[in-house]
Amino acid sequence: MQELKKKQNIFHYCKIEKNFVLLNDKLIISEDKSILFSEFSKILYQQIKLNYPKFFKMDDLSKLALITSEYLLTNYFKKTKKPNDISIILSNKSSSLNTDKEFQKTIGNKDNYFPSPSLFVYTLPNISIGEICIRHKFTGENIFFISENFNSKLINEYASSIIKNGQNSIVLCGWVDFNKDNFKAFMYIASDNYLNKITTNYVDQLFK
Amino acid sequence: MKELKEELKNKIIKELNLGHLSVQDISDNDPLFKEGLGLDSIDALELIVMLDKDYGIKLNDPIEAKKVFESIENLASYINKNRLR
Repeated sequence: MQELKKKQNIFHYCKIEKNFVLLNDKLIISEDKSILFSEFSKILYQQIKLNYPKFFKMDDLSKLALITSEYLLTNYFKKTKKPNDISIILSNKSSSLNTDKEFQKTIGNKDNYFPSPSLFVYTLPNISIGEICIRHKFTGENIFFISENFNSKLINEYASSIIKNGQNSIVLCGWVDFNKDNFKAFMYIASDNYLNKITTNYVDQLFK
Repeated sequence: MKELKEELKNKIIKELNLGHLSVQDISDNDPLFKEGLGLDSIDALELIVMLDKDYGIKLNDPIEAKKVFESIENLASYINKNRLR
């Protein structure tokens, strides 16, 4: 029990699924499962008092990524850290498929061919990382992996290499996936402190 | 013109995802970009697509576009004079 408490003190994570938010094992909000993400995301926006109009212009994947990162960064990110000292490693299964399909609708008909610029800019999953970086002026390394399942080993090894070679001291890691109305986000903050004490098994258990 | 301005405000809110705003928040002479509604370059492209798609207007001259996109007033006036549908 004491060991678990120790881990909780150094490992900060946020998980958002349909339709609840967990922050370090604590249920922050839970809404009816019938609520669509468009509505749920507005509830979360208000709860975290985001006050960031650009949020409404984002696609669902970026909204999910930004909100998850906000819960973590607002609560556990030390403002004294330099923005160029933070890297981001995210991953998912569906890439930007949700928005790709929406964009396809704007170019699918030869007689009604009006490609939407605002949809096109979100037809890459790593744009979600870009939105987090723009908001916080982060300039560290970032990468977005596409894989069938959450690969904590790969992500932790990547984060570890960034931290150990002195490139950055903090890495925001995780999974952010959106397809149709199914979504899941899981993010955690990796630091030197975390690398020595947390196993990938522990991370996998929290992800489930 | 009044109806067209209302229509444009509704379209801008919907098409440019300004879900935090309502029609009442947008005045006819508010600047659409920067300190006004805060639209950006992607929004400008989206407005150009909207003019083509909904009103049959192809806006190719960037200097003219700058003037047209100054406000709802200018946009409505331009559409009124040039619309094909």
